[in-house]
Amino acid sequence: MKTEFILQAVDAISIAIHAHESEIESLDRAIGDGDHFINIKRGVTTIAAMREELSALPADVALQRIGMKLLSTIGGASGPLFASFFIAMSKTLKTQQEESLATIAAAFADGVESIKQRGKSDLGEKTMLDVLIPVAQTFRQQVEAGADMPALLTAIKASAEQGMLSTRDMLATKGRAAFLGERAIGHIDAGAKSSQVMISAVCDLLAQT
Amino acid sequence: MKIFVNDVENLLVESLSGFAAAHGDLVSLNLDPHFLTRAHKAKNKVALISGGGSGHEPLHTGFIGHGMLDAACPGHVFTSPTPDQMMAAAEAVECGKGVLFIVKNYAGDVMNFEMAAEMISCEHATVLTSDDVAVENSTYTTGRRGVAGTVIVEKVVGSLAETGADLAHCKALGERVNQRTASMGVALSSCTVPAAGRPTFDIGDNELEMGVGIHGEPGRRREAMRPADDIVNDLVTAILHDLKPVEGSEVLLMINGFGATPLMQLYMLYHSASKLLAAHGLTVARSLVGNYTTALDMAGASVTVCVLDDEIKQHWDSPVQTAALRWGR
Repeated sequence: MKTEFILQAVDAISIAIHAHESEIESLDRAIGDGDHFINIKRGVTTIAAMREELSALPADVALQRIGMKLLSTIGGASGPLFASFFIAMSKTLKTQQEESLATIAAAFADGVESIKQRGKSDLGEKTMLDVLIPVAQTFRQQVEAGADMPALLTAIKASAEQGMLSTRDMLATKGRAAFLGERAIGHIDAGAKSSQVMISAVCDLLAQT
Repeated sequence: MKIFVNDVENLLVESLSGFAAAHGDLVSLNLDPHFLTRAHKAKNKVALISGGGSGHEPLHTGFIGHGMLDAACPGHVFTSPTPDQMMAAAEAVECGKGVLFIVKNYAGDVMNFEMAAEMISCEHATVLTSDDVAVENSTYTTGRRGVAGTVIVEKVVGSLAETGADLAHCKALGERVNQRTASMGVALSSCTVPAAGRPTFDIGDNELEMGVGIHGEPGRRREAMRPADDIVNDLVTAILHDLKPVEGSEVLLMINGFGATPLMQLYMLYHSASKLLAAHGLTVARSLVGNYTTALDMAGASVTVCVLDDEIKQHWDSPVQTAALRWGR
């Protein structure tokens, strides 16, 4: 992975997140506490402002810097979770001799694993993990099956979309929505939505390049 | 809704700066990372550090000072502070007997304090507060929320720490107070996060939200407005069902306003709740009425009951000198 690609991805994520502002905010107001979009925006804006510093770094170091910066700027539950993701991804990339789609898929999966551990959460609890876990699995399976780039991206986007929608009928057992019990059923989780939007944006960027 | 604002991005720093200036005899403010400490560093005691999202003032900054906290870390509005804040605060106030973090049980606060604890080198422990009975503990693994009862934990453990008690003793007392304390709140209106600019939830003129959280997160039920005694009865019933105090027990009764409910109303609720407790054979031996754990501009209030014992009562009564609680000194 090239640092330049990471910077392009940050821009793409920033545009996509802003395009979905009202949707994410209304989901969070329904079953959260209304601060998810503000926190995500703060993270994205802060990372975008690090462009100059990051561009001079190798990709694994850039991801580590991004993780540490997110840890000290986002706060809430999203901060430690996103930070853990990037720091774990960075660690895996650092240990890889040569870079391939398989190593990136492995790094992504390790990032998701660290979110599971930090949040003590798993699939089916109405969180961002309902998007990230299926995406990590799809990513790895498609790469192992030798899928070409367009097929890989289509499969990942579909997996993210499906995971996001799956949160609608779940009972929340983690995160702020957990306090709502059955009242959260029928609402898509805002964290699942924002993760799906970000993954989709990165896939679209890759499709263009 | 209208608020006083220059630039919404600067609101927190302007407010913290005003707080520090107004109470310069008690606290001092550090920016980037944001934390406040006592103006005069204590010696040879467990350092008590709390923190959480802003918008609940005076929690936690208003409880820094002799007899309560050594430092507090304010996050953005309704958003947990970050580990760098807790680490810097711990470094500033640790004085040889370790650090006790007092953390309200929310996923974000727990994770950020946990990451800070993993990275600091001094001896440390954590007390999680979880007094809100609106949410059952069994079904939802996140567990109960920490709300206004946190003030009682901070006061009682703060007093114990002043005596030079060790970290294990402070943690144990904090956990005991938490176990003996239960709260539940009701909202009459929503709050508005300044950066979001619109109410967190919609509520009709004739409705109330039973069991609301201190971030305006919806509670357990939306109901039609009822007489105050009826509402208080539901709150007190839920609290006593959880605490199951022995008849004849002494309790502390706290009525906490959420920010937009006048004191006149809070005292009326106190009147109602204290009669109910007496009818259950309990003696209201201590009281606290006011806005101590707020939710920005939300209208509503919470009831908190703490079942006292001799040690808790002694530490509740001991001198305290903070911006928001001050007696005996």
